[in-house]
Amino acid sequence: MRRYFGRKLLIYGLTFFVAVTVNWLIPRFMPGDPVASMVARANVTQPAAAEAMRVYYSNLFGFDQPLITQYLNFWAALFRGDFGISIWLFPSPVSSVITTAVPYTLALIVPSVLLSWVVGNRFGAYAARRKLLDNTVLPVGYVLTAMPYMWLAVLLAWAFGVIAGLFPVAGGYSFSMRPNWSWAFLLDLLHHWTLPFLSLFLVALGGWAIGMRNMIIYELESDYSNYLAALGAPARLIRRYAFRNAVLPQITGLALQLGVIVAGALVTEIVFAYPGLGSLILNAIKNKDFFLLQGTFLFIVLGVLIANFIIDIVYVVVDPRTRAGMAGAQA
Amino acid sequence: MRNRARIMIPLAAAGLLAAACTGGGATPTPPASQPQSQGAAGSANPDSLPRNETLYTTGTQWGPPVNFNPIREWDHATGTKGLVYETLFHYDATAGKLTPWLAESGSWADDKTYQVKLRQGVKWADGQPLTAKDVAFSFELGKMETIPYHNLWTWLKSVEAVDDQTVKFTFSTANYQQWDFNLYSRSIVPEHIWKGRSENEVLDGINENPVGTGAYTFMAKDQDRVVLRRRDDWWGKAALNMEPKPRYIVDIATPSNEVAMGLLLQKGMDLSNNFLPGVANLVKGNFGLTTYYSEPPYMLSANTAWLVPNTTKKPMDDPAFRKALASSIDVKKIVEGVYGNLVKAASPTGLLPQWEQYVDQGVVARSGFAFDAAKAKKTLADAGYKDTDGDGYVENKDGSKISLSIIVPSGWTDWMESARSIAASAKTAGIQVTPDFPDFNALVEKRAKGDFDLLINNERQLSNSPYTYYEYLFQLPVQKQQNTVNFARYENKRAWDLTKQLDQVKTDDAEGMKKIISQLQQIHLDDLPVIPLWYNGLWAQSSNQVWKNWPAAAGSAPKTPAVMWHNWLELGGFETLTQLQPSGS
Repeated sequence: MRRYFGRKLLIYGLTFFVAVTVNWLIPRFMPGDPVASMVARANVTQPAAAEAMRVYYSNLFGFDQPLITQYLNFWAALFRGDFGISIWLFPSPVSSVITTAVPYTLALIVPSVLLSWVVGNRFGAYAARRKLLDNTVLPVGYVLTAMPYMWLAVLLAWAFGVIAGLFPVAGGYSFSMRPNWSWAFLLDLLHHWTLPFLSLFLVALGGWAIGMRNMIIYELESDYSNYLAALGAPARLIRRYAFRNAVLPQITGLALQLGVIVAGALVTEIVFAYPGLGSLILNAIKNKDFFLLQGTFLFIVLGVLIANFIIDIVYVVVDPRTRAGMAGAQA
Repeated sequence: MRNRARIMIPLAAAGLLAAACTGGGATPTPPASQPQSQGAAGSANPDSLPRNETLYTTGTQWGPPVNFNPIREWDHATGTKGLVYETLFHYDATAGKLTPWLAESGSWADDKTYQVKLRQGVKWADGQPLTAKDVAFSFELGKMETIPYHNLWTWLKSVEAVDDQTVKFTFSTANYQQWDFNLYSRSIVPEHIWKGRSENEVLDGINENPVGTGAYTFMAKDQDRVVLRRRDDWWGKAALNMEPKPRYIVDIATPSNEVAMGLLLQKGMDLSNNFLPGVANLVKGNFGLTTYYSEPPYMLSANTAWLVPNTTKKPMDDPAFRKALASSIDVKKIVEGVYGNLVKAASPTGLLPQWEQYVDQGVVARSGFAFDAAKAKKTLADAGYKDTDGDGYVENKDGSKISLSIIVPSGWTDWMESARSIAASAKTAGIQVTPDFPDFNALVEKRAKGDFDLLINNERQLSNSPYTYYEYLFQLPVQKQQNTVNFARYENKRAWDLTKQLDQVKTDDAEGMKKIISQLQQIHLDDLPVIPLWYNGLWAQSSNQVWKNWPAAAGSAPKTPAVMWHNWLELGGFETLTQLQPSGS
């Protein structure tokens, strides 16, 4: 047990170190100089004043130091919980920029991933046994998975937002509202959340349903199912065993999905002008905001690592073979 | 399995609701100013703005509003300057004169002394009176080296408050044209609050609770919006007999033009200052949208888009080559094909339509250029550029290949299309130009260093004087880094001397200005350090759903621009707000 988790932790630690380093390196290899564009935006006419500003900002962001010092400073600051100052949203601290955006992103990703997984698996399992469902859900599922996030999102925004006028097309909550704890405001939040959520949910749903359907059919036709059926076991019991076996790869799939979904959420947030991490990342890249980019990526890396770690634990619970392997390792 | 699903669905739903709740709770609640502003708002429900009293705008802010610092004229939250902080004057581009604002009057006491009389009874939002000391203090902030208007102090000697209402500016060199620009561009800040702030804080401070003299105060902000509330005790109501009609203004940061368009069509947006391709169809269709003109070009002109050649590189260092390039470009194609007639082709001088009176038609007739591929070919041949290897493109005089690249920022789709169009036109004249789209920051860096062949640029906006236009063209000396002007790195001492001379012509001396400008035009058209292409529009699409009486060229509608862009509220944007009428009534 300890060795299993010890090894996992070591791998996660290494991944974290490499990911953070790469994440530090990437913006620095992008073309363009953030300070130069900051000064250019300021429209300072006098060359001396522009130079004074440039020196001042370079010094402020530590760009005047050698790269290795910048790298070490970066780690030191990271352990103090200091992500630096955003260049794009100067002079806001990156940590505060991220904390305002994170709740929106989490509210989109967590429910859409979990719900699509639960609902998709259930649908898939049913579809495997019902011809009618198989002929309707499956084709829809194929279309949904094959559809790019962006496209579905734009379609939804156009159809339900602009044409039908049922849902808003921008913002986390109405532009006429101010945040407060009232039912009206919560409903408003939910109203704005629905379309972006649906776009993520629907696309993921199809994939899970197809996977589950195929797995269940495979399991129901396997030897142990036939054997159980021959023994006269009730169909319900057989299905329960089949589902247990079929769900294992789906759990692994969930872990993989978590890494990818962030990209989907990014596009969704931009299409619906939803104020989450996605819009921040896009703008950070556009504005060469090293620090914001590092901060948001770090957040995503941590999120994916934590989610995978949880799935590792779940695996121990649901898959007896993992437990057996651990026991064997200890013996 | 059935049981598990039964448990998991409500669980997930609960998690979703909890996540949604934290989403709302964690959004930044407005800072300390909130209780105070709620008290002042009186009857208004603080949590939901009434639609018929609220103006929704977009197109200025491209990200979360982060600072309310009027010194940061380029990235402060929408309305910081113009609605919250005010300037001494406004500028009326149609009439071509300054409109007294915080100042009651201003005049030249002698050639080097300017005197401003302030209005009586102007109060800051905290109740303190505005005095001459505040004005002197605000201008003196520019003595700090990193403040954007620091260069003012190379020709301004001193500013002093003579008495409570009188400010005296003494100049070492009186740059009349630039001075007018400063009069309507510099925010006046309260000395009693800003005194003692360090240079760092003046330049970079967030200025969280802005206290201004303006008609609005900040009410709330969030990642994607700024909310302003009208001050009922604003001085202008009595002194100017003006009142902006919307009680609330919500400026929204839309991440893309598509979102702005969606909001406009949903009637959730009243004024969009975005470039929306194809807006002509919407204006003609039954969408309740209006623009300044009901036919091409639909918009007022805001700035000139130039093709900027790097004059330090071969063959762009040759005026004959630049002229050939200029006559090879089919701007009409760009105006129609790329912009769908939303912009106007520029005159050869590039001076904005608002400055038309300064265009010397004689010079234009003599030395102007127009699209003429045959003439372009002839100019090239006459200057010694020949296609010696027969690949369809001319070579340098020494026989080496000419292969130029034209750069515009990646993602600026209209400019990218235009660059392609320019490359195609140049090709027919035998000049090889390849479009290239670096990202914006990379472009800024290349532009500053002079590491490019050709680029499109429009850094200068409409202002009180063509001086700002010619300063852009001719400013000397050329530095290692050219940050804001003369990206062409064109060196012509006489042109720069003339520009400086223009600066010292009094602003009411139109004839004197014309005389110098005519000479500047001659130099510009002879040498073409930059090639004027088209006039970018003052993008403004407004919806008549909730507010009407938007500015329009036709009828008795207001003639001011409808705009919330930085530094444009003083150019008539504010006055537009006072002319609006609720559509409901």
